[in-house]
Amino acid sequence: MTQIFSPVPGTFYTQSAPGEALFKQPGDAVTAGDVVGLVEVMKTFIEVKAETAGTFGAYLVEDGAAIGAGEPFAELKD
Amino acid sequence: MPVQRLLIANRGEIAVRIIRAAQAMGIHTIQAHSEADADMLAVRLADEAVWIGPAQATQSYLNVEAVVAAAKATKADAVHPGYGFLAENAGFVRALDAAGITFVGPSADTIDRMGDKVAARQAAQAAGVPVVPGSKGRLDTVDDAVAVAADLGYPVMIKAAAGGGGKGIRIAQSEEDLRKMAPQAQAEAKAAFGDGGLYLERAILAPRHIEVQIMGDGTDAVHYFERECSMQRRRQKVWEEAGAACLDEATRTHLCDTAVALAKAVEYVGAGTLEYLYDSATKEFYFIEMNTRIQVEHPVTEMLTGVDLVQEMIHVAGGGKLRQRQQDITRNGHAIEVRLNAEDPMLQFMPNPGRISALTLPAGENIRFDHFLYEGYQIPPFYDSLLGKLIVHAATREAAIDLLITALEQLEIGGIKTTKALHLALARDKDVRADDIHTQWLEPWLAAGNLKPTH
Repeated sequence: MTQIFSPVPGTFYTQSAPGEALFKQPGDAVTAGDVVGLVEVMKTFIEVKAETAGTFGAYLVEDGAAIGAGEPFAELKD
Repeated sequence: MPVQRLLIANRGEIAVRIIRAAQAMGIHTIQAHSEADADMLAVRLADEAVWIGPAQATQSYLNVEAVVAAAKATKADAVHPGYGFLAENAGFVRALDAAGITFVGPSADTIDRMGDKVAARQAAQAAGVPVVPGSKGRLDTVDDAVAVAADLGYPVMIKAAAGGGGKGIRIAQSEEDLRKMAPQAQAEAKAAFGDGGLYLERAILAPRHIEVQIMGDGTDAVHYFERECSMQRRRQKVWEEAGAACLDEATRTHLCDTAVALAKAVEYVGAGTLEYLYDSATKEFYFIEMNTRIQVEHPVTEMLTGVDLVQEMIHVAGGGKLRQRQQDITRNGHAIEVRLNAEDPMLQFMPNPGRISALTLPAGENIRFDHFLYEGYQIPPFYDSLLGKLIVHAATREAAIDLLITALEQLEIGGIKTTKALHLALARDKDVRADDIHTQWLEPWLAAGNLKPTH
């Protein structure tokens, strides 16, 4: 199990815009470099990418919730 | 009725600024705040504070119902919106009107009118304010376009009459260009919008951004001269000056007088700003839009004229008449403001919220720092990155830039990255020193690597 962390504090999103598909669903294949989350910090949106490959487990943070720097938001199954 | 209990429906440095102005007028201040802002400086300074919702602005500072409810619950007789958030939201003003609470700013109808680009342009034209020259209506043939362009003068911007959002815009430098581009633009407009009609407008290349500060009491209006705000990155102002050193006296007078004419024509109440594009080569200026609020960069005007604009807008909101006649408002020297943002200028201006570990403020005559910081303060990530504004005032522009460097060198904001390094580099740049800049200047300057690490 690998966790993916937010590099910055802010508001976390599981999709690129309201109504869009989630970046990843449980069971999806993840390649290093895939966008897995979006964090809004001071009105700027920062895409968070997976650093390793794996199978997507689950989001640990709800869409639109506050997130801290270094806080995990998703899990990958190796 | 003069304002007695003022709710501040904003945060950050402007909330602090409004509290200080109101308290100096003997007004009881009530600071609205979100969950994330319970320990911000404005909450500590205000006479009273009221919670309006969770951290997300949509659920707090942008939530009309929550702000109106907070104003009622705290028996506020007026609300100051600051800038951004609900400052130009006519629905918010109507909700306050219905509750019998005064909005510190113009009427809902004025906000609606000035917020509509076409209506604002018409109001400006009617008041004698120059707008960007353009064709009267749609043009259907290339010959029509060529005839109109001859009147407007080249270069011209070719737009689809039915379009919007910048799609298919072309710039023709000459009649030859226009004859080549117009058919392409027609075909593209037909394909995109089902209508091949064109619209022509004079192209203002590399313009300056100049704006005029006005204040009205509903019957009378005055101006507090102009500001130069061409130093922009991604359409965000970075550095602002008062006045605009590039203007000659006749142009300045025309610019400011027509701005007052527009303010009077719409029976304006409160502080407002008319924004213009200015073509230094032809000395012509063109109205773009009116902002019906106090602006971030208002302190440079305060330094230039010695007037407290925030106190003045609260005064007129309470039914007061303007306290100065136009001839009493004079400009003295030159003022510059720079915006200190929690961003790393060496890393594409990446936002950089964090804890303020140490704070040393510049001190001295003619130096002002409007901010909301204190040592140990944790800057929340949910709002914009503005930390504070450093403002200096001197006899000349040259001396003001020297004082700015001195003040920036004294300023230390520990624990986070800020845009201080950018401002020091700009203050030492020869084009900036020579006032040889425009709205398209900063981004190429940054892209060319002019900002270098200093440590």
